[in-house]
Amino acid sequence: MSTSNRQIESLLHQPYAAGFVTDIEQETFPPGLDENVIKQISRMKNEPDFMLEWRLAAFRHWLKIREPHWSIAHYEPIDYQAISYYSSPKSRKSGPTSLEEIDPKLLETYEKLGIPLHERAALAGVAVDAVFDSVSVATTFRETLARAGVIFCPISEAIQNYPDLVRTHLGTVVPPTDNFFASLNSAVFTDGSFVYIPKGVRCPLELSTYFRINAAKTGQFERTLIIADEGASVSYLEGCTAPMRDENQLHAAVVELIALEDAEIRYATVQNWYPGDESGVGGIYNFVTKRGECRGAHSHISWVQVETGSSITWKYPSCILRGDESVGEFYSVAVARNFQQADTGTKMIHLGRGTKSTILSKGISAGHGKNAYRGLVHLGRNARDARNYTQCDSLILGPDAEADTFPMIEVENGSARAEHEATTSKISDDQIFYCRQRGLSEEDAVGLIVNGFCREVFLKLPMEFAVEAQKLLSVSLEGAVG
Amino acid sequence: MNLLELRNLHVAIEGKMVLRGINLDVPPGEVHAVMGPNGSGKSTLVQTLAGAEPYQVTDGQALFLGKDLLSRAPEERARQGLFLAFQYPVEISGLSNAYFLRASVNALNRARGEPELDAVDFLGVLRSELLAMEMKPELLERFVNHGFSGGEKKRNEILQMKLLKPRLALLDETDSGLDIDALKVVARGINAMRDRERGFLVVTHYQRLLDYVVPDRVHVLVNGRIVQSGDADLARLLEKRGYDWLLEPQRA
Ligand SMILES: Nc1ncnc2c1ncn2[C@@H]1O[C@H](COP(=O)(O)OP(=O)(O)O)[C@@H](O)[C@H]1O
Ligand SMILES: [Mg+2]
Repeated sequence: MSTSNRQIESLLHQPYAAGFVTDIEQETFPPGLDENVIKQISRMKNEPDFMLEWRLAAFRHWLKIREPHWSIAHYEPIDYQAISYYSSPKSRKSGPTSLEEIDPKLLETYEKLGIPLHERAALAGVAVDAVFDSVSVATTFRETLARAGVIFCPISEAIQNYPDLVRTHLGTVVPPTDNFFASLNSAVFTDGSFVYIPKGVRCPLELSTYFRINAAKTGQFERTLIIADEGASVSYLEGCTAPMRDENQLHAAVVELIALEDAEIRYATVQNWYPGDESGVGGIYNFVTKRGECRGAHSHISWVQVETGSSITWKYPSCILRGDESVGEFYSVAVARNFQQADTGTKMIHLGRGTKSTILSKGISAGHGKNAYRGLVHLGRNARDARNYTQCDSLILGPDAEADTFPMIEVENGSARAEHEATTSKISDDQIFYCRQRGLSEEDAVGLIVNGFCREVFLKLPMEFAVEAQKLLSVSLEGAVG
Repeated sequence: MNLLELRNLHVAIEGKMVLRGINLDVPPGEVHAVMGPNGSGKSTLVQTLAGAEPYQVTDGQALFLGKDLLSRAPEERARQGLFLAFQYPVEISGLSNAYFLRASVNALNRARGEPELDAVDFLGVLRSELLAMEMKPELLERFVNHGFSGGEKKRNEILQMKLLKPRLALLDETDSGLDIDALKVVARGINAMRDRERGFLVVTHYQRLLDYVVPDRVHVLVNGRIVQSGDADLARLLEKRGYDWLLEPQRA
């Protein structure tokens, strides 16, 4: 084996640090899905009637449609009746919980993951909503946020406490009929975060949701809705991990972002679901619909994602640029190693005049990993002078790794412009030797090259996440941040 | 103690014998030139000393600072003060030149127990060397050797030598493809590094560089053997007469 391949092998065999199981009593529905299960979820969550009707309509639609199979991923058929659709720690009481009432095992779990939930220990300037399987177990800094008029709470609570806000916005960006997984999510979603930033308010803290799958044989179906009113701005971070298990677990989330006039939403994800083992056994199926709408003029939505986990990723965080002069951005690093399959990218739908979008995608494939960028840039009839710039870079490590790009551009008016650049590179033995001749170890050399490759995207992450992303890639980010 | 001692060094690549018994001593403070026709094994010699994987030592030995060189990993050799300016510097897209330079300087500093430089300190050091090598500052922001002209790549090699301050520098045809002005800059860079401790093994195809970097010894490598050694005058003789007269005894 050549030197670089040896090094890449060792990169591949990093242990998955978040793979532990929390031993806690959980209340879990038996596997299976029908209208009764949905009614039960709705009842557990004390939902108003409109919500149950909404869920049931989504379910009835879902029954009529088929799972999509156009991505590069191959997998055994999913048995939707073998999955449990609700699981929560028993100690969780209904209604708002103070930290003192939370099971210490849960606090410990988040501590172990580097997310202390006690406000005095918490990361400065970051408010956290911690979602454990199907329920939110804690949301920090609520009072600080409330003083600024910001609502940050579990979506299950928002449905009860702010039904009008939810009813007006839920499903307006990702309708319940949008696609197979979005319909399923709409029918059975259990928890997730809700954010509302009022007019003219810059959210005083970074908001963050940390999703943890713990229970076996369950699916996680979270739903996040973020609304930035006129002139408001918010930066939101999302993290996810799961224990190591031999079976595949389904995670089908929906995230909707709404930015009104002059509003700005930055949404960052470090996705580290369990990726499966070295031979491809186990891991999360991450089938996620994320979409933001720049509804008002001059609004701005930016997606930053670092996708290192999951056995399969099917995810296209997109922007509908409806408001004139609105801006959409997508910055992505996606890693597929061992037998991971990542099919990810974005859609930039330009509807308004003078809208702009930037797409920067960095795909890393290693081992038997498969990585595809899939993108659509639509420059609509009324999107006069719209601009898109797309760059897709692939880095292939090792002889068995694969990379593909599927960029689509639709131009409906002559004044709009789209630019597309793509590169594919490999780490050669010559490059490794050159670095070693300069005193760097093989490991440092691969780390430097991978890190250099991802740098532009890492620079878009908030500091704490940049550090986590760097650790995940086991590369030194020294000097690249800040 | 000699910086470098080669004894009966035999090297094969892909089963083909390329070096057939090299004997060579480089004492501290000396510049040794290695000349010879294309394909005679000059790059094989320096690449082997630096530890490039495809080259197999089948016989003989190499001592660096009195210790066995060949059993050590390439990065260890570098950390102990062996530097190779590549004949064909490698491009690394995605990695910024400045970041790479600092990472390598710090790797060597760590090995020598010296403090690592932060980005600001390093930039200070880098600026003056960049100026001395007459390199455009934007070459620092580009990816390593990416989109560099031939001359810029060679200057970048000498820049690295100056930053890494090796005990022994192996320069593989650093002069080829340079115009006269660039050649003078490169020569100045090498001469600035000459002192009583440091040694150089300068591989060159032409005598031109040796007008500016005057060697203490000149060795002629033909067909994997050193067939002639002498002082700087030998290089001038080769310039006039070519290598053919040296090939004759080989055939006999
Ligand atoms: N990587 C390699 N693979 C195969 N053959 C090589 C390789 N490097 C050098 N050679 C062969 O070894 C011989 C010496 O080459 P080299 O050391 O590059 O000569 P020089 O630098 O003196 O021009 C040549 O016959 C060349 O073809
Ligand atoms: Mg050569």
